[in-house]
Amino acid sequence: MLKLSLDRLNDLFAAVAADQVLYIPADDASGQARFQRWHDGLEMTGALNTVRSAKDFFFPQTENLVDFKLKGKEIEIIDPRTEHEDFVIFGVRACDARSFTILDKVFLVDPVDSYYQSRREHGTVVTMACTQPEETCFCTAFGIDAAAPEGDCSCWMDDTSLYLQPQTDKGQRLVDHLGDLLQTCDDSAVAAQQQSTRAVLEKLPFANLSLDGFDGEHLLELFDSEKWAELSEACLGCGTCTFVCPTCQCYDIKDFDTGSGIQRFRCWDSCMYSDFTKMAHGNPRLTQLERFRQRFMHKLVYFPANNEGEYGCVGCGRCLSKCPISMNIVKVAKSLGGENL
Amino acid sequence: MSPETLIPKLGVVTDIRIDTPDVKTFRVVGLDGKKVFEHMPGQCAMLSIPGVGEAMFSITSSPTNTEFMEFSIKKCGCLTNWLHAMDVGQQITIRGPYGNSFPVEGALKGQDLLFVAGGIGLAPLRSVINYVRDNRQNYGKIQIVYGSRSKDDLVDYKEILDEWMADDGIEVNLTIDQPQEGWDGHVGFVPNYVKELEPDLNKTVLMCGPPIMIKFTLAGLKELGFKETQVYTTMELRMKCGVGKCGRCNIGSKYVCKDGPVFRFDELDELPNEY
Repeated sequence: MLKLSLDRLNDLFAAVAADQVLYIPADDASGQARFQRWHDGLEMTGALNTVRSAKDFFFPQTENLVDFKLKGKEIEIIDPRTEHEDFVIFGVRACDARSFTILDKVFLVDPVDSYYQSRREHGTVVTMACTQPEETCFCTAFGIDAAAPEGDCSCWMDDTSLYLQPQTDKGQRLVDHLGDLLQTCDDSAVAAQQQSTRAVLEKLPFANLSLDGFDGEHLLELFDSEKWAELSEACLGCGTCTFVCPTCQCYDIKDFDTGSGIQRFRCWDSCMYSDFTKMAHGNPRLTQLERFRQRFMHKLVYFPANNEGEYGCVGCGRCLSKCPISMNIVKVAKSLGGENL
Repeated sequence: MSPETLIPKLGVVTDIRIDTPDVKTFRVVGLDGKKVFEHMPGQCAMLSIPGVGEAMFSITSSPTNTEFMEFSIKKCGCLTNWLHAMDVGQQITIRGPYGNSFPVEGALKGQDLLFVAGGIGLAPLRSVINYVRDNRQNYGKIQIVYGSRSKDDLVDYKEILDEWMADDGIEVNLTIDQPQEGWDGHVGFVPNYVKELEPDLNKTVLMCGPPIMIKFTLAGLKELGFKETQVYTTMELRMKCGVGKCGRCNIGSKYVCKDGPVFRFDELDELPNEY
């Protein structure tokens, strides 16, 4: 394990940024935490997590796929892809770190999505252990240990020091590059912190959220549940849950006329929207009930059925705090599991 | 840069056939005059006019056609309106092939086949029918039941009359919804016609058409004694990527673009009824 005195954190950021583009979670002008490109003096946020997830780094909200030039009946296809630059995301929480491995199961399976793959190859994920998880956190329900985050390099912070533990070759290269800034140390301070964090995690209100029975075998039974009507009744279809969600990955492809050509781009989309499945002959999901059901069935039943039981949720709690009608995946799981809301 | 399925290839439309008042069949080759890619019957391709849109269409021609691909397309939306308005020589973008196919080299081999189609639903089945005709020795008896609103709405009518009906060992049963001058064939809806024809129970059924036709034909077939494991269909849902990632055509744990579009009815029973 390696260690850095916290008063030299800015030096560490400077050393990383000298070599690669560095992003850290920091407060913006409105006081909201979001990942920002580091510049000298930019300080880390005191908030537990960023408002939006970190998925933008690998699956940006909008992204150009291919360009076209039109001339009469002729079309020219232009591949706009360029090598991405190397970058480091510092301070990713354990939940968001797990979301990357979930997105990998979508974008890196055959046929590989080359846009996503290039960003994954060029990005180094430096995670930060949580010490004060919030009441909306339920990562433990998905087997995530917020005190021992995954990633290329895992970090822990206490009042005086930052501790670093490289986990992959990329993480090792990063700490090698930092050289003399870091000193080796034993892991006693980190172990003590982990113990106290885990004690907090155990006591969180949703720590023991049960997902028993959410699997492919109960697919039709869960789909046909009468609970969906009550659960979805107040849903506005605003899609906020989808946009703050680190694992939501549905996208739209659209064309934009630039005046001198056509840009075909993809952008985040939401199964919560009425036109998501609308086509010339009709719409198989006519009401919000069906759209609402799709989002939760996908995360809790369909995705695990296709991915060896891995759920499409990491328990980050963003949808719990952002939904305007206070509906969320925890309530859905509890209600379908037989609890009264 | 690694190959990217979302970046299409170029095709050129070399022939446009007017099939019905709202269906045209487009012949497409690459800029080199050859087929853009190979496919199996039932597979689909993403066609696009940049700036207008991109959508999934079933490949109507048989893979045994070594010269070109054909797409029978009904005018029903923004992109299809544009396609219907274009002239020969227009370049389009094309990517694929996507999805699974009818098991022509598997479960269908050696079987007697019953094709049931309604309206533009003949488009994906035509690929199978012509594949089977070109590999006649591998399959048993062939029966085709095809219905449309009117005589004028029968897609590929000329090919049906000149080629399919002229083939020995192929029984073609056509029907139209309403009596019409100049039509002395069967009048009535496809589901009833299939029941009237009482096809042999050993036949494997391949069916495509409007949802209402599929629903009632399947019920009729079951009444006759057919099992769901004998009946295949091909599905249509909105798609954007074609490779099971954009999420649009997800039904249960399946993606129609990748795991379909061809399903056997017993497989559909395991999925939520959301299509």
